[in-house]
Amino acid sequence: MIPGPPKMAMTAEWAILWALFLAASGLFAWRVTYLIRLLRLGRPEMRWDRIPERIQKVLVYVFGQRRMLDEPLVGIPHLFIFYGFIVFVMATSGMLLQGLLPGLPIPKLEENRFFAPIIDIFAAVVLMALAVTSFRRFILRPEGLQQTWDAMLVNALIAALMVTYLGASSFHIVASPAESKIWTPFAWGLADWFGRSETLRAHAAATHHAFWWAHISIVLFFLAYLPYSKHLHLLASPFSVFFSQLDPPGRLAAPPAESARLGAERLEEFTWRQLLSAFACAECGRCERACPSHTSGEPCSPRQLVHNLKVQLLQYGPALLEKARATADGGEPALIGGLIAPNELWACTTCLSCAEHCPVLNEHMSIMVDLRRRLVERGELDERLQEAFTNLQRYGNSFGQSERKRAVWTQGLGFKPKDARKDSVEWLWFMGEYACYHPALQETTRTLARILQAAEVDYGILYESERNTGNDARRAGEEGLFELLREKNTATLQKAKFNNIFTTDPHVYNTLKNEYPELNHGRHPVHHYTELLADLLERGRLKIANPLHSRVTYHDPCYLGRYNGVYDAPRKVLKAVGVELIEMPRSRRDSFCCGGGGGRVWMEEIGEAKSRPSENRVREAAALAGVEMLVVACPKDYVMFTDALKTTGLEGRLVVRDLTDLVAEAVAAEEIAAPETRAA
Amino acid sequence: MGKDVWVVAEHFQGKLNDITLELAAKGRELAQTLGGQLAVILLGSEVKGLLGELACDVVYLADRAEFREFTPEAYSVALQAALKDAEPRLVLMGSTSVGLDLLSLLSARTGKPCLDNCIKLEASDGRLFATSQIYGGKLFAEVAVPDATTLIAVVPGSFPKPENVAAGRPEVRDIPLPAAMPEIRTRFRKLIEPPPGDVDITQASVLVAVGRGIQNADNLAMAEELAEAMGGAVCASRPVIDQGWLPLTRQVGKSGMTVKPKLYLALGISGAPEHWEGMKNSELIVAVNTDPRAPIFAGAHYGAVVDALDLIPLLTEEVRRANMKKAG
Amino acid sequence: MNIAVLTKQVPDLVEGVEIDASGKAVDSDSIRYILSESDDHALEVALLLKERAQARVEVFSLETGEVRDSLYAALAKGADRVVIVATGAKTPPSNHTAAKIFAAVLRDLSFDLILTGVRAIDDLDGSLGGLLAGYLNLPYVGLVRKVETADGTSMAVVQKEYPGGYAAELEVKLPAVLGIQAAEQPPRYVPVSRLRQVMKTAKVEEKEAAPAEAETMEVARMFKPEEGAGAAMLSGTPEEVARKMADLFAERRLVR
Repeated sequence: MIPGPPKMAMTAEWAILWALFLAASGLFAWRVTYLIRLLRLGRPEMRWDRIPERIQKVLVYVFGQRRMLDEPLVGIPHLFIFYGFIVFVMATSGMLLQGLLPGLPIPKLEENRFFAPIIDIFAAVVLMALAVTSFRRFILRPEGLQQTWDAMLVNALIAALMVTYLGASSFHIVASPAESKIWTPFAWGLADWFGRSETLRAHAAATHHAFWWAHISIVLFFLAYLPYSKHLHLLASPFSVFFSQLDPPGRLAAPPAESARLGAERLEEFTWRQLLSAFACAECGRCERACPSHTSGEPCSPRQLVHNLKVQLLQYGPALLEKARATADGGEPALIGGLIAPNELWACTTCLSCAEHCPVLNEHMSIMVDLRRRLVERGELDERLQEAFTNLQRYGNSFGQSERKRAVWTQGLGFKPKDARKDSVEWLWFMGEYACYHPALQETTRTLARILQAAEVDYGILYESERNTGNDARRAGEEGLFELLREKNTATLQKAKFNNIFTTDPHVYNTLKNEYPELNHGRHPVHHYTELLADLLERGRLKIANPLHSRVTYHDPCYLGRYNGVYDAPRKVLKAVGVELIEMPRSRRDSFCCGGGGGRVWMEEIGEAKSRPSENRVREAAALAGVEMLVVACPKDYVMFTDALKTTGLEGRLVVRDLTDLVAEAVAAEEIAAPETRAA
Repeated sequence: MGKDVWVVAEHFQGKLNDITLELAAKGRELAQTLGGQLAVILLGSEVKGLLGELACDVVYLADRAEFREFTPEAYSVALQAALKDAEPRLVLMGSTSVGLDLLSLLSARTGKPCLDNCIKLEASDGRLFATSQIYGGKLFAEVAVPDATTLIAVVPGSFPKPENVAAGRPEVRDIPLPAAMPEIRTRFRKLIEPPPGDVDITQASVLVAVGRGIQNADNLAMAEELAEAMGGAVCASRPVIDQGWLPLTRQVGKSGMTVKPKLYLALGISGAPEHWEGMKNSELIVAVNTDPRAPIFAGAHYGAVVDALDLIPLLTEEVRRANMKKAG
Repeated sequence: MNIAVLTKQVPDLVEGVEIDASGKAVDSDSIRYILSESDDHALEVALLLKERAQARVEVFSLETGEVRDSLYAALAKGADRVVIVATGAKTPPSNHTAAKIFAAVLRDLSFDLILTGVRAIDDLDGSLGGLLAGYLNLPYVGLVRKVETADGTSMAVVQKEYPGGYAAELEVKLPAVLGIQAAEQPPRYVPVSRLRQVMKTAKVEEKEAAPAEAETMEVARMFKPEEGAGAAMLSGTPEEVARKMADLFAERRLVR
């Protein structure tokens, strides 16, 4: 650190220092208090539980910078800037105190053998890091990264701080070489270089003094400016991480019981944590870059969503605060139709890529769903979505087909699966509507039924009593419909006799696992069929007779992978059947959504899409040399990608196959074949 | 019991509608069987010019200014007056925007029974049987027409339209309207014309018709390409028009246009009666639908159970290839 | 302005429809009921008028079918009052009978407009609206796609649909009956949460009415269309079908 403040006690300088310090900290404190008051406009939400877990998250995501390191080019420099900041905060505080209260025995970090070099080296490292990030910001210009005066000013201030520190410490060495015994390589180097000049030597003390003041002034200015800039994320993000959702992301928050209207569109209808997102957001654009809808040219942008919430909060929050005192109408316009257009909300596929990549752990999805809930409550939905909801309500499936036809797929099976409503079974196969009703999928469903039969798995189905689980209805904003479906299914499940559940549909998997309380807490473990197959293969209950030797790639379904962390089971199955798996560039948690989630399969096209997410994805798969097959483990993926192959003209290049079909091929064919094709 | 058959005429902009001619032809046949006369009820203003087109025995006429445009109220008053002292066996009208209103009002005012959606009328053993379609054509109901004046609304196109109508010289009787007409509480204000269309689908020899199966507006481009390759035009069933993907002038069906092209290619159309009515007289009807039980297959000449979205580009290819072969 | 909307339940065709043992009627055991689509549009027209012209909307329905569901939905959409008109009938009556029952119920109530769907899929004997207008001696216009009322005047301006995209604009003196073909916008959506809330708090009234006798014709028999008869089917993959069709067109010299 800058060794020793210039002797100032009781001088005009000291008075100025105090004045600046009081002004800056006063402004800072006032602004931060004001921002906290704005946050308190939001409705309550319990985020104070499970403190040890929360502390751990802070350690991993704030101090460990885990999400930032997803992108090493900026992640590593940012890590240095982050720790440099901590180091400098400690040192500067000491230095300020020394200046304000000279004579007090404040430890002088700058005279510490270990600490002084660290500070010195960090100053240089931070400058180098800033060079890298500036290159990225101004030359590479990644999409979504907001180029604002604010951002540039912040960068400039940090650089200036490092420069002034190095300036002060080097000139101190030039002025009083005897006092500088501790090894501070960069300061020494600069001192050497400056020391060669007579003029500079002559004015070293004054220059040191000037740099010291410059440094302090910039620090104090930064302090006051910080809560007005996007650099607020510095203060807010440890809190946004600490208060982040501990529940699985696949569990949406139920609306508060006492709410008059479902959903949110005004500030006081959001929770304080949702409002905090606005302050924690550093406007880095990672969420936008990860968003499949945005990439396809649709109007959806998670970053813009959070930004608009911030604008609303800063613009209309003050009036609402007044209202709290004067009980007058705040006059806040609704967000929807104001800053946010309904299209932006309907375009979201709920793939969770935004939240997964957010370094400050913002929850874009919960904000988006609350806004959608309000749109549904107002009845403002497109006709096709309305139709889907009406069908779900009346027939328990979005296809508009009678619930009595849910088991029609069993025709042609050759045997009747057990009825879990009457007979006790080990495994309940909760089918999902796509597997039952969609004509393109029914054969695959039968294939799986035969595989399991051959492996002697004791499973049963719910026949006509099964209803859509409501995962997508909930995420499309129809909370009441979700509750209705869940009630009906729960009543059926309570009467059925089973131990475990499995399903082929990750959407079903997600909501049964996370949002059906009766099944949660391990009472009736919910599995994806790939987990079941992996297990059967491992135990030898399914034997691979003809390993397949194709080159394939695998698409991680959003609701299986990102939402619930199941990445390995399907890969184990692929390995067992013998295929060579080539991963796409965007795999595992970076998997690129097919575009069908969040109710999007039920909606019209939104805006002018450059190319649909599914088309983008199949092109990615087709770009892998020698890969013939895109393997999926979700029925919606199958439908979306098969369509995309047609519309992109890639039908000759690639085929889409469900994992089930690969397993069927690889296992002894005799047992799996349809009855009429078996040898007599 | 009366033996006469009455037909309520419908006309628009100086011409008799096809339904009137169809009913008149059928009515003549029934009247002969019953041993009675065929009468046509003609209401309008300055419509005497239409008399020559009616090959019937009697015309009950009310040619007055207040009947220039159709209003259910005024016309039903006139019809009531006509029926006051007469007892025809049957009063036939079209199951149309005009006929359905009249059917119901008249049945209630006169107490005479009525039947709608009739597609077949046969006399056998001195008894009359009418068959009506219900549930979108999924069921038919056969009804024995009672031995008293019965009002029947017939689905247009159920009976063949006669090719050449011999000019008749019917006896004209003025309808005995009451001297003091009751207050007519319905008044015609103006006719709303359909927006000027780019294509008159009734003139196209090939029609590529799209229905719900087309799924979204983007796929229309595919259909346009096929229509172009075939030298035809794109038309649609009501659901597509309601979505706004095509203008009203492209709608085929009961409330749209009636067409008779050489080829009607129905893609993703289920064949509900309202649509069928508009195109059933096409020379060659080829239907494509993923549902093997779609009603359209019952009436089409050829059909295929494939996805229209799959077929369209392939068919366009084939047609283009055939075109080139012909040209080259 | 007071508006009455008459609705009825019709068989839901999603299950298909079967003929009962007598061969003369639909098998009522296998039927699920759903609100008639054009009645839903009639309700939407009424609600739009309520929004624009401050009307009061009351919905009446006979008791057959899942009528409570649709009446609760009507309340959730904004209807002011819903009434089941109960005559003890087990199956839906003919339109003549229904019209007589409603005529008796509505005769002494002062509604300016009575709206109902112009046709239902199970209509056989005319349109309920037209019959009702006949019994009550009120003006009637059917196949209406738009209704406007002007404040202060007791007049409605309606658009009546004709084929080929034509329509007639008519002026009707109130009180009147209108047979609705379609509302200006699709029937509005009721979020399930609101519907359930309404079911908990609101009331469906029941009004007893005397059964009515009306002149209707008896159905001698009901039958399904012949299956199988009809199109010569072209089989195969889409590629094969395309080829066969192109050949067919060429044969018939249909391609230019």
